[in-house]
Amino acid sequence: MSIREDQGRFRDIVRGRIKENFKKYVTHGEMIGKRENDLVKIPVPSIDIPRFKYGPKQRGGVGQGQGKPGDPMNGEPQEGTGEAGDQPGQHQIEVDVTLDELAAILGEELELPDIKPKGRPRQEATKNKYTGMAPVGPAGLRHFKSSYKKALQRYISSGVYTPENPVIIPQRGDFRYRSFKPVVSPHASAVVIYMMDVSGSMGEEQKEIVRLESFWINTWLKKHYKGLETRFIIHDATAKEVDEKTFFSTSESGGTLISSAFKLAKDIIDADYPPDKWNIYPFHFSDGDNWSGEDTRLCMRLLSEFFLPNVNQFGYGQVESKYGSGQFAKDLEREFPDDDRLVISKIENRDKILTSIKDFLGKGR
Amino acid sequence: MANLTPDLEKWRLKILKVAESYGLDMYETIFELITYDQINQFAAYGGFPVRYPHWRFGMEYEQLSKSYEYGLSKIYEMVVNTDPCYAYLMEGNRMVDQKLVMAHVYGHCDFFKNNQWFAPTNRKMMDQMANHATRIRRYVDRYGVDTVEDFIDKVLSLENLIDRHSPYVQRSAAQSRNAAADVREESSEAALLRVNRDYMDEYINPKDFVDHQRAKAAAETTRLAKFPAQPQRDVLSFLMHHAPLKNWQQDIISIIRDEAYYFAPQGMTKIMNEGWASYWHSKIMTQDVLSDSEVVDFADAHSGTMAMAPNGFNPYKVGIELFRNIEERWNKGQFGKEWNECDDVQAKNNWDKKTGLGREKIFEIRRNYNDVTFIDEFLTEDFCIANKMFVYKFNKRTGAYEVDTRDFPQIKRQLLFQLTNFGQPIVQVEDANFENRGELLLTHLFEGIEMQPDYMRETLSNLQAIWGRPVSIATVQDEQPKLYRHDGKEIKEHAIGEAAKAADEKADD
Repeated sequence: MSIREDQGRFRDIVRGRIKENFKKYVTHGEMIGKRENDLVKIPVPSIDIPRFKYGPKQRGGVGQGQGKPGDPMNGEPQEGTGEAGDQPGQHQIEVDVTLDELAAILGEELELPDIKPKGRPRQEATKNKYTGMAPVGPAGLRHFKSSYKKALQRYISSGVYTPENPVIIPQRGDFRYRSFKPVVSPHASAVVIYMMDVSGSMGEEQKEIVRLESFWINTWLKKHYKGLETRFIIHDATAKEVDEKTFFSTSESGGTLISSAFKLAKDIIDADYPPDKWNIYPFHFSDGDNWSGEDTRLCMRLLSEFFLPNVNQFGYGQVESKYGSGQFAKDLEREFPDDDRLVISKIENRDKILTSIKDFLGKGR
Repeated sequence: MANLTPDLEKWRLKILKVAESYGLDMYETIFELITYDQINQFAAYGGFPVRYPHWRFGMEYEQLSKSYEYGLSKIYEMVVNTDPCYAYLMEGNRMVDQKLVMAHVYGHCDFFKNNQWFAPTNRKMMDQMANHATRIRRYVDRYGVDTVEDFIDKVLSLENLIDRHSPYVQRSAAQSRNAAADVREESSEAALLRVNRDYMDEYINPKDFVDHQRAKAAAETTRLAKFPAQPQRDVLSFLMHHAPLKNWQQDIISIIRDEAYYFAPQGMTKIMNEGWASYWHSKIMTQDVLSDSEVVDFADAHSGTMAMAPNGFNPYKVGIELFRNIEERWNKGQFGKEWNECDDVQAKNNWDKKTGLGREKIFEIRRNYNDVTFIDEFLTEDFCIANKMFVYKFNKRTGAYEVDTRDFPQIKRQLLFQLTNFGQPIVQVEDANFENRGELLLTHLFEGIEMQPDYMRETLSNLQAIWGRPVSIATVQDEQPKLYRHDGKEIKEHAIGEAAKAADEKADD
C-alpha cells in the first residue's frame, strides 16, 4: 500500500536518514490528550512545511466562553477557523486516556528504557489477576461476550441460527466465567523530591515548565513504582518543605542559597527514606544562579558525599530565564564531568521539555 | 461498490428518503464500510483512495493512526465532494453513530451539490487525483524520488498562494491582454482638455496642468510596461507560466495548484458546510430516525461534536446555531426595516409575525453564501451575546492569551479577518522584472498583522529556488516596512519608505 511508503519516507526524514536539511523542520509537536480536566500533550514528530503565514501571537482570534475582558484564557487557544483544514466532514472525537496509557505512550515516543529498581525489592504484594475463562464459576464472574460467542457457535453449528431473527438463548454449557490466579508482584518503593528555586528570577513561564516536567516525570516513575511518594521543597536563601500546590504557586524574592534546599532534602531522606529501602530521585530546578561560590562548593560536597552515593539519580534542570546566569550547571559539569548518577538538563523553553525529559529518564536508572 | 450490511442499507434508504422529503438534493451517495486503518489512510489522503507519493501524507497517516491507537481520537465520518459522492463509515461503530453519520453526510452532499462556491470544482476528482498520482509516479521513476520530492516540497510551501476567487471570474486571457494594449495606446499621450479656440489654450490647459497630465501619462506608461501589468495573486500560476522550469516541474506545479483549487471552496465554507450538515443530522435524527433506546447515545455524540473547547471556536456549533437563529428570525419575521428600526426590547422579544419563511431562507443561504458573506450578513449582536463570544489577544507582558473584548463590532471584524483568505496573508506578484534585472518582487498586502519571520524566510528561499533569479518580498516587520531579498545565497533585509530614503541620503552625502 502506498501510504506505507509515504509513512516510511516520513519516518526516515524524522530520524534524519534522508533529507538532512529537513531535520530543522521536525518538531516534536503535540497530540493533545485529555485526562480528566487536564489536557496533556503527547509528543508526535511532525514536519511543518514553511508558508507565508501570520505569527500566531499577533493574530488573536475569536473564542467562546466565560470571562471578563482581561481575564487570561486557559492554555493555548485552539486553532480557530483561521487555518481550519480544507476538508469538511471529517470528524474527530477525543477520548480520555488513563495515566498508565499516557506513560506507555510517552515511553514509546521518547524510546525511554524501563527503569531497573536498584537493590532487592522489599515488599511483595499478592493480588489476583484474571487470566482466562473457565466453564464453571460464580455467577458474578460470568462473562457475557464469551458466553454469547459460545451460544452463537452452538446455534450456527446446529443450523438453527437465522439472521432475520437472531435471538440466542444460552444453555448452561455455554456459560463462561472469568478465572483468576494469584500473582506475586515485587514492589519497590520510590520517592521523588522536587526542589525549586523560587527567588525573584523564576517567572511564571519558568514555573510552568517545571510543572510540566514534574508531571511527566511522575507519570513515568509511577508506571514503574506503585506507591510513588513525592515531596516538595522550595527555597530562596532558606528552604522549606511545602505541599504541591504551594510549590507551584509561591513566588519569593531574595537571594538564592541552593545548599539550603540540599540540606533540607538530606534531612528528609535521613528521616523518612533510608536509602537501602527506597529508590530516591531528587530533582532540582533553578535558573542557575547561586549566591556565592562558597555555597556552590557546599552543594558540590553534599552531592558527592551524600546524594550521589545514595540516590538512583540526581536530576538538575536548568530553566532559562532572563535573569539567570546559568552558572550552576557549568559548575556541576566541571565538578562531575561524567557521573552517570547526575543528570544535567538545560530547558530553554517549553519546546525543549520533551528533550529534557528524555535526558532525565533516558538512562533507565 | 457499496458494501453495507443489510441493516445499514435499510437505514440508509430510510434516511435518504427522509432527507429528500425535506428538500435536500444530492448526487448519488455511495457509502462504504471500511476499517479504522483504511479510514485513517483515506483521511490522510484528504478523502481519496489514491494520491501522489509524498511524505506529508505519511505524516498525516502516522498521526491519525497513533491518535486512534492511543485512544485519543477517532474519525467517524468522511465524505468527498465528487459525483457520485463517496462517504465512509467506520466498521464497528454503534448503529446510532452510523445513522448520525449518514444523516450528516447527506447534509454535506446537498451542500456540495448546491452551494454555488462549489460549482467550479471538478466532480470527477477521484479520477483526476489518480491521474495526478500516475503522472508524479512517472516523474519519480524518471528523475528519482529525491529530486521530485524536493521540488514538491518547494511548491507545497507556496501552495496557499492562489487566487481563491479566480474560478468565479470569467475572463479570457486574450481579452485582458487586448484591453491592456488599448489602454497603453491611449495613455501614451497626455490627456489634455479639448480646446476650440486656440487663444484659450493656455487658460484651459495651463502649464502646470499639462505637466501634471504628462507626468501621469508617463507613469501610466511605465506601469503598463511593467510585467505583470496587474499584480497577480495566483503566484503558482505565474510561476508555472513564467519561471524557467522543466516540463515535469511545470506539470507538478499545475497538479498542486489544481488540487489546491479543488480544496479551496471547502475552506471557504467550513462554518456553513458543517453547520448545514449538523442542522440536518439533528433534524433528521430527532424527527424521524432515532429509536427510543438510542436517544441518549445520540445526544452524547451530538453534544460531543458541538462541544466548545474552553476557549476554542467550533465551526460546527457556530454554524448550526446561526442556521437555527436565521430560521427562527425568518419564521417570525424578525428582519427588514421595521425590525431594524424597532427600539422596544419588549416588542422585539415577542416579535412574531408568523411569516414562516425560515426554511426557504436557509435553503437560499446554502445556495448563495460563503463563510465571509454568511458571517457578515447574519451574525448579530444578540447572537454573539447568547453564544458568549469574545475576541482574544496575546498579551506580551504576561505571556498568555487573554480575553480582549466582547464588543460586537470587534468580534465581527476579527471573525471576518480570520475567514478572509483563510486567515492567511495576502501575497501577490508585483513585478517580475524588479529593478530591471529579472528579479521577482512580491508584496504582502499588510493588514495590521505581521508574518511569522522564520517561516517567511524559509518560504522565500523556496520561491527563489523555483524562480532562479533573486526574489524579494515587501512586507512589514517590527512595525517597519521592510524588503527581504534572497539573492540565491542569503536573505538580506532592507528598510523601505521613509527609513530607506534617509539611508539613501546618508549614502549620497
